[in-house]
Amino acid sequence: MLTFILKRMCLMFIVILGVTMMTFLIMHFTPGDPAEMIAMARYGVDDLTQEDIEWIRVQEGLDAPLHIQYIKWLNHAIHGDLGCSLINGQPVLSEILVRFPATIKLAAVSMLVALIIAIPVGIISATRQYSLTDNVSMMGAMLGVSMPNFWLGLLLILLFSVHLGWFPVCGYGGFEYIILPALTLGTGMAAITTRLTRSSMLEVLRQDYIRTARAKGLSEKVVISKHALKNALIPIVTVIGMQFGRVLEGAVIIETIFAWPGIGKLLVDSIYARDFAMIQGGVLFVAVIFVIVNLVVDISYTYLDPRIRYEGVK
Amino acid sequence: MSGTGTMKSRKKLAFQQLKKNKIAIIGLIIIISLAFIALFAPFIAPHDPIEQNLDKRLLSPSGEYPMGTDDLGRCLLSRIIYGARVSLKLGVIVVGIITVIGVTLGLISGYYGGIVDEIIMRLVDVVLAFPGIILALAIAGALGPGLFNVMLALAMVGWTGLARVVRGSVLSVKQKEFVESARALGCSDLHIMTRHILPNVMAPVIVLATLDMAFIILAAAGLSFLGLGAQPPTPEWGSMLNNGRAFIQTAPHLTTFPGLAIMVAVLAFNFLGDGLRDILDPRQQRELKE
Amino acid sequence: MTLLGIRNLKVYFYSEDGMVRAVNDVDLDIGEGETLGIIGETGCGKTILGLSILRLLSENTKVEGRILYKGEDLLKLSEDEMRKIRGKEIAMIFQNPLSSMNPVLTVGTQVAEPVELHQHLDNQNAKEKVIEMLKSVRIPLPSKRVNEYPHEFSGGMRQRAMIAMGLICMPSLIIADEPTTGLDVTTQAQIVELMKEVLKDSGTSMLLITHDLGVAAELCDHMAVMYPGEIVEYADVRNIFKNPKHPYTRGFLDSLPGRGLKPIPGISPSLINIPEGCKFHPRCSYATGRCKKERPQMKKVGEKHFVRCFLYD
Ligand SMILES: Nc1ncnc2c1ncn2[C@@H]1O[C@H](COP(=O)(O)OP(=O)(O)OP(=O)(O)O)[C@@H](O)[C@H]1O
Ligand code: SF4
Ligand SMILES: [Mg+2]
Repeated sequence: MLTFILKRMCLMFIVILGVTMMTFLIMHFTPGDPAEMIAMARYGVDDLTQEDIEWIRVQEGLDAPLHIQYIKWLNHAIHGDLGCSLINGQPVLSEILVRFPATIKLAAVSMLVALIIAIPVGIISATRQYSLTDNVSMMGAMLGVSMPNFWLGLLLILLFSVHLGWFPVCGYGGFEYIILPALTLGTGMAAITTRLTRSSMLEVLRQDYIRTARAKGLSEKVVISKHALKNALIPIVTVIGMQFGRVLEGAVIIETIFAWPGIGKLLVDSIYARDFAMIQGGVLFVAVIFVIVNLVVDISYTYLDPRIRYEGVK
Repeated sequence: MSGTGTMKSRKKLAFQQLKKNKIAIIGLIIIISLAFIALFAPFIAPHDPIEQNLDKRLLSPSGEYPMGTDDLGRCLLSRIIYGARVSLKLGVIVVGIITVIGVTLGLISGYYGGIVDEIIMRLVDVVLAFPGIILALAIAGALGPGLFNVMLALAMVGWTGLARVVRGSVLSVKQKEFVESARALGCSDLHIMTRHILPNVMAPVIVLATLDMAFIILAAAGLSFLGLGAQPPTPEWGSMLNNGRAFIQTAPHLTTFPGLAIMVAVLAFNFLGDGLRDILDPRQQRELKE
Repeated sequence: MTLLGIRNLKVYFYSEDGMVRAVNDVDLDIGEGETLGIIGETGCGKTILGLSILRLLSENTKVEGRILYKGEDLLKLSEDEMRKIRGKEIAMIFQNPLSSMNPVLTVGTQVAEPVELHQHLDNQNAKEKVIEMLKSVRIPLPSKRVNEYPHEFSGGMRQRAMIAMGLICMPSLIIADEPTTGLDVTTQAQIVELMKEVLKDSGTSMLLITHDLGVAAELCDHMAVMYPGEIVEYADVRNIFKNPKHPYTRGFLDSLPGRGLKPIPGISPSLINIPEGCKFHPRCSYATGRCKKERPQMKKVGEKHFVRCFLYD
């Protein structure tokens, strides 16, 4: 068990190292001279001299070979220094941390919405495979998977804000502000989770132990809720980790549409402003969080399944 | 050598089953129609997609403008028709590239194993460590806006699924007798990989490439929606949607139709991909039977 | 007195490759306190027969005929009434306990379920009952092992737990599906011993499905030999061994390690393409022209001894 966790941790560190390299490289290969860009950001476009640019280049270590630059950057990153915004000079990390809670809030509510929809619908679909209910829900799930979430968001705004006036169009604040963005993100995720719950449940319902449970005289309700569900949920938990990635991904667009001040909007705004330090820091932060979440999910998965728990102990 | 005959009859069988799978057929019909619309856009579109007509701005759908006009008085229907060109072309190119990359790396990884495999798979892990399109967003953001950059970004992140799947299939095919015997006959690695292994891992590749088409079209529209992809006046669905956003209160048709176009295209590829999986993946098939 | 009477039972599956006739015209009786053995090659429909009694077959199955339990036709009961029979009146001990026990529930939870359901025992009483039950099937340290999961049990212990699960409500009939398969010889002997004892103490009837003739000889009063989907010979256990009539039964006996290890030539037919006439004719050395065309009926050849073969016409 411990070796399993250690192995996963090792792998995680390799992946995170790769992630830092990739993030560093992407930003390095942006067209244009980074020294010039920093200089432009600091002194404005007008009174910019070549000397200024060269001075910045030396100052920022941009004249060093690539791998030295990377190691320096990595060293800073490890110590929590992701550099400063090219736009307002604020430290990147503190800016990110200010925005992070909003994203987490949105992610949590969206995932809740997704699970509330997906698990019951998936179960019902599986227990009545090929019934009308099943066909309708699977068609709905397919639509949900294929519908661009930015479109869904706009449609929800159109219906609930513009026509019905129930919720604000966008912004950050009380409960009423989170409903539409969370619904947008949540229903998209629900579509995938429903399909997964259904197939996982179908797989479980085929197992011999379900027949054993029925042979005891248990009602179908107990067979499903006590015997099948717990087994079916095990693979769903892993997917929740991946779902978290989807939330982060979706948040980029959804936060932009709903003016939700999270990391997603920060990233998009930084891209518009060509604030490379902020983009780099934001992407790295998001990826590292995602990797850690997946590790946590992997470990909790082993706790859910007594078979793996046992294997691990041995 | 390695059962081209069975390959053919399998193809035939797959086609027969495809006919039975209504959803897949619907997907295929929509895709063919979209391709037709894209190819013959100049003949189908009622108006020029780019020509502005400032005294006909933000018109609601009517006989002359079946989907209304946008804020610059351009015919929305014509723009959506031309938009099919943009999205399909982009999808085909990107999926083509990622299929080549994914299949090549997957083949090498699965066939040689060892350190090469380790490196490629860790690379896959690293790319997958970025949630969804965030990496593509960063790349596109770094390279600057433009359709070409979006394609580049999506190609850089899209190949991982294919590489994994191909590697998995290669690992199982590698053990088969015909591969062993080809090796015993002294065939080169390249020959074995392309002639013996590749045909046998094609089924999942076809399925995944079809589903990737859906993903790429959706992701590209999303990036364009954020203003990173197609630039005005290119008629691209995502950027049209973004443009329409400003007029959501006064001209909702500008948000409704482009979004619908994206969904129909994505849905079609998802339908076809799902149907193909049912047909080509024996494990799934068993599930269907019960 | 008859406890269970199976009359004219037919079970069909509709599958893509055609209709599968898994059980075809089966007639059987099990008296109170009696153990009836069913033997036959793998895939001949033994498990399907057992499952059809409890009506546990999947929905794409068609079941015809009558299954009379204490005079009542089980096939006519509603699903609710049937649930009151399952586990309480008739219990089943499944083949392959590892896959037949829920991996994420403790053994105690699973063994307790029938009594909680049918005898309405609360948690505490059910647990005591479970421990008592595990003790009676000789599982050591039962109060500790109730809290363990199936994969923490050895094969033999799992089989015992499975038996405890079946017996805990004191059913009138037990359907035991290959209870000793996959166990080592010593454990097999222990399980057989255990079942013998339990049956004697409780007076429970049993339908024992097995392809192990040794086990059958130890436990059964009567035996029925099954050949894809149908019973080809029925007799008391002594006659099956001492005086087998059907060519298949003889072949089966001769194929046993103790009796010459002569395999029956040919392969067991699939349930889809069942040969016409006597199903055994392609493998039978006594086959005549008639065997290829006509299906033989069950013929009485002695006291409680029936055979489905033209040799005894
Ligand atoms: N749901 C089903 N659909 C179609 N055919 C089935 C189904 N379930 C079982 N069968 C077929 O019915 C036949 C009888 O199966 P059964 O499990 O009763 O065999 P068995 O005599 O118990 O064999 P074994 O000794 O291996 O346990 C098998 O050949 C099997 O393939
Ligand atoms: S009926 Fe004919 S074929 Fe069948 S067992 Fe008897 S002799 Fe053999
Ligand atoms: Mg069986």
